Amino acid sequence: MFPRGFTKRRQRKAGTGPWEVFTIRQRELGASRKSYWRRICENWQMYLFLLLPIIWLLLFKYEPMYGAQIAFRKFKLAKGITGSEWVGLDNFRKFFTSVYFGRTVGNTLYLSIYSLVVGFPLPILFALLLNSVRSKAWRGWIENVTYMPHFISTVVLVGMLKRVFDVNTGLISNFYSLLGGGRLPFDMFIGDGNFRTLYIWSGVWQGTGWGSIIYMAALSAVDPQLHEAATVDGATRWQRLIHIDLPAIVPTITITLILRFGSIMGIGFDKAFLMQNDTNLAASEVISTYVYKVGLTATNNMNYSYSTAIGLFNSVVNLIMISLVNFISNRINGSGLW
Amino acid sequence: MSMSAAKPAGKAKKSPIKISAADRIYYVVINVLLGAFFVIVLAPLINIVASSFSSADAVLKGKVMLWPVDFNLEGYKAVFDYRGIWRSYANTIYYTVLGTFINLFMTMIAAYPLARRDLPLKKPIVMLFMFTMLFSGGMIPNYLLIRNLHWINSIWAIVIPGAISVYNMIIARTFIQNIPSDIEEAARIDGCSDAYYFWRMVLPLSKTVIAVLALYYAVGHWNDYFTPWLYMNKPEKYPLQIILRTILIMNTFDAESMMEDDLIANKALQDLLKYSLIIVSSAPILVVYPFAKKFFLKGVMIGALKG
Repeated sequence: MFPRGFTKRRQRKAGTGPWEVFTIRQRELGASRKSYWRRICENWQMYLFLLLPIIWLLLFKYEPMYGAQIAFRKFKLAKGITGSEWVGLDNFRKFFTSVYFGRTVGNTLYLSIYSLVVGFPLPILFALLLNSVRSKAWRGWIENVTYMPHFISTVVLVGMLKRVFDVNTGLISNFYSLLGGGRLPFDMFIGDGNFRTLYIWSGVWQGTGWGSIIYMAALSAVDPQLHEAATVDGATRWQRLIHIDLPAIVPTITITLILRFGSIMGIGFDKAFLMQNDTNLAASEVISTYVYKVGLTATNNMNYSYSTAIGLFNSVVNLIMISLVNFISNRINGSGLW
Repeated sequence: MSMSAAKPAGKAKKSPIKISAADRIYYVVINVLLGAFFVIVLAPLINIVASSFSSADAVLKGKVMLWPVDFNLEGYKAVFDYRGIWRSYANTIYYTVLGTFINLFMTMIAAYPLARRDLPLKKPIVMLFMFTMLFSGGMIPNYLLIRNLHWINSIWAIVIPGAISVYNMIIARTFIQNIPSDIEEAARIDGCSDAYYFWRMVLPLSKTVIAVLALYYAVGHWNDYFTPWLYMNKPEKYPLQIILRTILIMNTFDAESMMEDDLIANKALQDLLKYSLIIVSSAPILVVYPFAKKFFLKGVMIGALKG
């Protein structure tokens, strides 16, 4: 209709077509063509709202990122961040060549891959099965009970593990002796053999129900007519689960899987630290607990720079991982996180 | 009349389709599997409750399974007599209430402008927020910041650094974006200022999401162990979770904060106290849970929308 190069803006100026109506409406609303600066000035109240959050963001999120440069320095409290001596990659080199490098990275990867393999499919399976339960009341009971552990704090969770697996007074041991086996012959908390089992499966206990909600939401969006039509065609419930329900949650699975891969080096501090004791360090020392020990416990002389270097190495690996996974997902799927 | 007739008819429509033998097996199998998981999740919870109401002797001898043995409140009495627990309980309530208020205030004032469609510079600001979800300075730089602010042993160290969870902010933003734009246009034509519109329209219309966030944040503060562990080193400032760790995990009892002298010597009572303590410390969440469940679920749904 318009010659090439005749931009929308000029179309509007020309005052022809639907734009005419549009511009009038825009003028009425006081949002007509205005310069960028004019619009910024008009929205001053919005920036006033954002003032406090942005100051907070810069101070509590970006200042520590700036402070992370002590990883490249020999930081001394008295000299401050920029006053301390620059040592380049020395701290990183020290970590990569120490015995703790293999141990902490290995334990971190082991735990997160173990939890990916076990903890990722179970909520999906759980959601698919729960979604096909026919009794509303029974389904409600399962939901109420299995969501609850999510709200238990990590400290209480580990405390509960200690109680339930207690050799003398715990539920498992009591049950075991009821079956005639006497007291439980081993203590789950002693030695490094059971640390991972306990860590991962208590995570399954706590997180499976809650983790399934996101899939349940996707499943509730499935058109019931699909199921009816398939039933009429003679499909069994299992076939409907495979051919209707499962495809419906594949997009959700993709997103959660991306997130999981992105945090493959991100075993949190709390649970590992709380479950740690002197006998299980070979399995329980992960990067985050080691960062804490090196940096903030007196026995390690509070080596701030070295600890920051280890933490920074971990953060960078995480950032690379999630960017990589997102890139691949964009390529293959056309849908990533950003 | 017609309504009541319609309902059975709707059901009757389904019933002619017979459940096949394959389906019957399917339903038996899934109910057994789900039932097993149900029991696995529930049994430890019930065991803790049952033990907490049993006698110290019954717990020590390993008699308690899923029902209290020698129904007894001595465990709870021991918890009540342990002064350190109550001081930390009060601290936790204080941190949780103040922290949640600050969280809500900061989250909402950030979410509202970023929910506006036509705000200039919105994109870079959102990116500034989002990037912090992917990368952080780490434990030590954060610790040094708090130290330099002289916030060690101060409540500010607990409530300010985590004032906004970007994830929750995005939930709030998504919610505000879904407020019909007619309302805003009408308000603007009436000459309503942004601040006034936020106060009189956005906040009242966002009650649901505020409830969701309040619950998320409050549970987060209640259960937080890491922050106070890093920034608090005076026992009188400790929140509940730190006391819980010393008792439940380290198995350490502080003689000074006990009224009953025999607790030190009484190993059985110490064990019983742990069960009762688990219940007492989780009680607020367990009491709120049935009422709050739908809000928690709502939060997941809004979050999932944004994917």
